[in-house]
Amino acid sequence: MFRQLHKIPGLFAALLIVVVAASGVVLSLVPALDTLSAPPAPAAQMNVAELAASVQRHLPGLANLSRQPSGKIIAAYSTDTAQGQDVIDPRTGAVVGPYTTSAFVRWMTSLHRSLFLRTEGRIAVGLSALAMVLLCVSGAVLLARRMGGWRKVFGPARGSLSHRLHIELGRFAIMGLMLSGVTGLWMSMANFNLLPNAMGAMPQFPASVNGGKPAPIGTLQALQAIPVSDLRNLTFPTDPSDVFTVTTAGGMGYIDQATGKMLSYQANGVWKKIYEWIYMLHTGEGFWSLGLILGLASLCSLVLSWTGTILWWRRRQSLPKMKHNHIAHTADTIILVGSDGGATWGFARTLHDALTASGYKCHTASMNQLARHYAHAQRMFILTSTHGDGAAPESARNFMARLEKFHGTPKFPVALLGFGDRQFPKFSQFGHDVAAAVDARKWYAMLPYHAIDRQSVQDFARWGRAVGEALGHALELTHQPVRPRTRRLELVERIDYGHEVQAPTTVFRFLAPDVPPTFWERVTGRAALPRFEAGDLVGILPPGSDLPRFYSLATSSRDGFLEICVRKHPGGECSGYLHSLEPGETVECFIKQNPDFRPVKGRAPIILIGAGTGIGPLAGFIRANARGRAMHLYFGGRDPKSDFLYAEEIESWLTERRLTSLTTAFSRISDRAYVQDRIVEDAHRLRTMIERGAQIMVCGGRDMAEGVMQAVEEALAPVGLSVVKLKAEGRYLEDVY
Amino acid sequence: MKKLATALVLIGSLAAARQVQAKPLTLITKLRYFGGYSAYIALYLVDPHGHYVKTLWMAGGYPYYYHEMTDWFRRSRGDYKGLNGITGGSVGAGRTLTVHTHVADALINAGYKIYVDVASQGMWSDAMSVPLTTNESGKVIHGRNYVAGFEYRL
Repeated sequence: MFRQLHKIPGLFAALLIVVVAASGVVLSLVPALDTLSAPPAPAAQMNVAELAASVQRHLPGLANLSRQPSGKIIAAYSTDTAQGQDVIDPRTGAVVGPYTTSAFVRWMTSLHRSLFLRTEGRIAVGLSALAMVLLCVSGAVLLARRMGGWRKVFGPARGSLSHRLHIELGRFAIMGLMLSGVTGLWMSMANFNLLPNAMGAMPQFPASVNGGKPAPIGTLQALQAIPVSDLRNLTFPTDPSDVFTVTTAGGMGYIDQATGKMLSYQANGVWKKIYEWIYMLHTGEGFWSLGLILGLASLCSLVLSWTGTILWWRRRQSLPKMKHNHIAHTADTIILVGSDGGATWGFARTLHDALTASGYKCHTASMNQLARHYAHAQRMFILTSTHGDGAAPESARNFMARLEKFHGTPKFPVALLGFGDRQFPKFSQFGHDVAAAVDARKWYAMLPYHAIDRQSVQDFARWGRAVGEALGHALELTHQPVRPRTRRLELVERIDYGHEVQAPTTVFRFLAPDVPPTFWERVTGRAALPRFEAGDLVGILPPGSDLPRFYSLATSSRDGFLEICVRKHPGGECSGYLHSLEPGETVECFIKQNPDFRPVKGRAPIILIGAGTGIGPLAGFIRANARGRAMHLYFGGRDPKSDFLYAEEIESWLTERRLTSLTTAFSRISDRAYVQDRIVEDAHRLRTMIERGAQIMVCGGRDMAEGVMQAVEEALAPVGLSVVKLKAEGRYLEDVY
Repeated sequence: MKKLATALVLIGSLAAARQVQAKPLTLITKLRYFGGYSAYIALYLVDPHGHYVKTLWMAGGYPYYYHEMTDWFRRSRGDYKGLNGITGGSVGAGRTLTVHTHVADALINAGYKIYVDVASQGMWSDAMSVPLTTNESGKVIHGRNYVAGFEYRL
């Protein structure tokens, strides 16, 4: 519900919010500029009678005095020959210069209030304020869900650049935007008379006045009693039967021009007081620093509109349309999907299409659509991701409740597949929960529960083969998330290692092919290397295959070449293909960002732990460390003489201070050790660094990552820290394959 | 049927009353290029004793700012209730506001005055008045600040 509440106002009002917010940003500067340009304030004890008397000496025909929230005093005068408004120096009463309002500010104000339209424009602007309030509230709830609870809303933001920008800016600006939205909505409602009339009661106009000779203004007692800082407006009488009309911060009253007595006075009602507060909070008039803060928040909302639209569009693009989708009642195969971002839907479609091609009648629906019973179902698949820290994803939120209502125990078998990210402390938690709930109801499992890390298509294909075995025929699930646009890159250099220890590993270096780029390629920048950072992934498509294999990048595009580190696996299609390449040949590839596997910003030390080809991205981070931040590398291999990857480079990085320390472990020499053994030995040193804010980055095989995690866990135990806690803070990152 | 007949009689008599007692009145207010936000304009009738009778037209979108027309606000005691159906948008600098209304015959040549009070945000308000007489009808008078020319036609 909250996602809908975020999406619908966001999409409908995005453009409107951009216009209103952009003009709001400009207007937020006005109170600050006004305050800067206002003449110095008068002495604190100066009263309105003194001010009026001194202005009257300088300005004949004085008709009106007003004090703006910035403290500027404006005097209006009108004689037979001249009329106008002047800015007054309140200390002397002298004229500083004529008072003008900037046409640009007026233009912006009209845009901000009514989009240059009349009532329709005001309604639209009012609705944009309402949309802003809805977006703030729903956004806060969605953020809390995504981060795994209200206590964690200020945790590190993860995801793509748009996602992180949306989260970071949203968190920063939400209070300001909420304030702007609520106050704007209030003012809009007040102006459409949807709130009690803020004007309230009026002072009684005096039935009669003294009528005597007007006293000098400086002697009027009622005016003497009002400090200048309280003044809003003072209108002078136009004839002997008239009175002074004075408006102050507290109310409004009429003053006799002969006796100087307050004839009648009406204090502001509560609704007027509220309105004035709201007005001040919204405009920043008289509170310029708040105005600037709100302006900054509005500036953020411009970016938020943009990133929000991008996120919505990507989500929409990734939601697949199922072909040949049967209804629940007639289908023999039920596929239920729990998805947040839509990626899981993509996998479900792959399964749906493959099964349909094999002749099954599939019904694919969200987990929220679990029926009470399925008449002809013979098997069920449940594919689900996990939202944030173990919660149900959007399309599975009601699944557990609906499961309660399911009739009996189904006779058909169920296969459960979870999707998650090992970087999160609770990996695919919701999938586990569903598996446990289904188990508790004694549902019959077709396959044991399996969880897929970071949408690994290889793992999904493996699971598909297991499904095929259970069904008794071959099933090939080739999942292609969104077919990427590939590039051709040319292999320019290869450095081979590890042949002697039966672990042939090669560092490959690629460049954009050396052919003259076409005009279009030059314009679009597609002639040069694509943009990437160390730690991002390159997807390589071996000839004749649609299934990309991903490798961590050891360089960033600033290094001028693309470098990966690949070990040849027996029977590995892609690694075999790469190892067969000779310089001069080209590969088809594309970049997949991996923004969550990056060193955190700052000066805290980084502990890099990698084994075998896992050193690739870590080498990239070291290579980019020109500022000499403390980086400590733990490297594990088989034999220093054979597969010590990057040995020469590491030596020069140490002398260049890009790398602070190196610790190695080799498993096929007399003094055999694994990299996790070194962690155990260095526990004290690591603990000290982590207590100082260090970040750990692990890259390598699954077994090695498990071992390292255990070793780090043991090292941290004495000080009450844990890997789970570090992961939650984004200080324990893994890139595991 | 009976109700319908009553209604028809009532409508007929009202129309007749208007024909007998009221004259069409056109008010034309042309603003100067005073260099400010769109102006709010109050057009209202004041009796021979200076007491507010009723508002003829209120040009300005936000009731919250009607008090800035100081003279209108003072004389009418903030007669927001009397504005139903006779409000319109504010008037930009250099623009002309033309209002068609009716005025009772009894008020013409009887010492009543038409007041024009103009205000713009951040500037003070300025009121002027013209006697409501057949003689003054069609004569253009010039305001000091906002009003380049005001005339009414009976």
